[in-house]
Amino acid sequence: MALVIFIILSALCVGAVAAMIVSHNQAHNALFLVLAFASLGGIFGLLDAPFAAVVQVLVYAGAIMVLFLFAIMMFNLRRPEPPEGRRFRAILGAGLAVILLAELLLAGRRALGGSAAGAVPQGRDIAHLGKLLFSNYLYAFEITSLLILAALVGALALAGKKEGE
Amino acid sequence: MIPPAAFFALAAVLFVLGIIAFFVKKDLLTQFMAVEVMLNAGNLAVLALSKASGKTDGQGLVLFVITVAAAEAVIGLAIIVLVFRQRKSIRSDDLKDLKG
Repeated sequence: MALVIFIILSALCVGAVAAMIVSHNQAHNALFLVLAFASLGGIFGLLDAPFAAVVQVLVYAGAIMVLFLFAIMMFNLRRPEPPEGRRFRAILGAGLAVILLAELLLAGRRALGGSAAGAVPQGRDIAHLGKLLFSNYLYAFEITSLLILAALVGALALAGKKEGE
Repeated sequence: MIPPAAFFALAAVLFVLGIIAFFVKKDLLTQFMAVEVMLNAGNLAVLALSKASGKTDGQGLVLFVITVAAAEAVIGLAIIVLVFRQRKSIRSDDLKDLKG
């Protein structure tokens, strides 16, 4: 059962990203990415990471992609993107990408080869994760909140200015 | 039970698709989305390895990565808006002032 769900979700995810590569409409691209990230959230759930799954759907498929859609509305590009003329770039990129995929798969096989069997699952509940966040990763957590504040102020300083000022 | 290697392979495929999208597309917004795809592939790999090693720490790391990605998206989109205001275009081919 889990395998069927995994296959469906991963096909959705890869298909949506591939459709993003093919499509020329930016709003469609953003919506394809919403689909891809939502199905990726389901895959996180399959990996026994319910908190990461919820955060993925809320923050990525929700907040970040809506931000992208707002940005697309600000650009109000009247004419759609003209189709890209150069085939050379696409062919070179695809060839290099296939080589990179082979390398990644080889490296992953080596990394996962030995240790996969004897893993003892820790407490996977969210309470354990919360304790971890507020003990081992407390500094990282606090710095993250500062980072978000800095990003907020930075975005206002960058894009909040009016044209004539 | 699904082996972690399957998740890792999916992460590799997603990362490579993100790289292809980054190099094939020519508008800044779609290239930025491709960067987000690559970040998500990295998250998936972290979670797959976290499950393989049986620790919860991976989830915390993924939480931080998502937070940093949100901050990065906000700043990146602000910069793209600035570029669009100055150039009236977000095609990355139009931005070659730094070319020697």
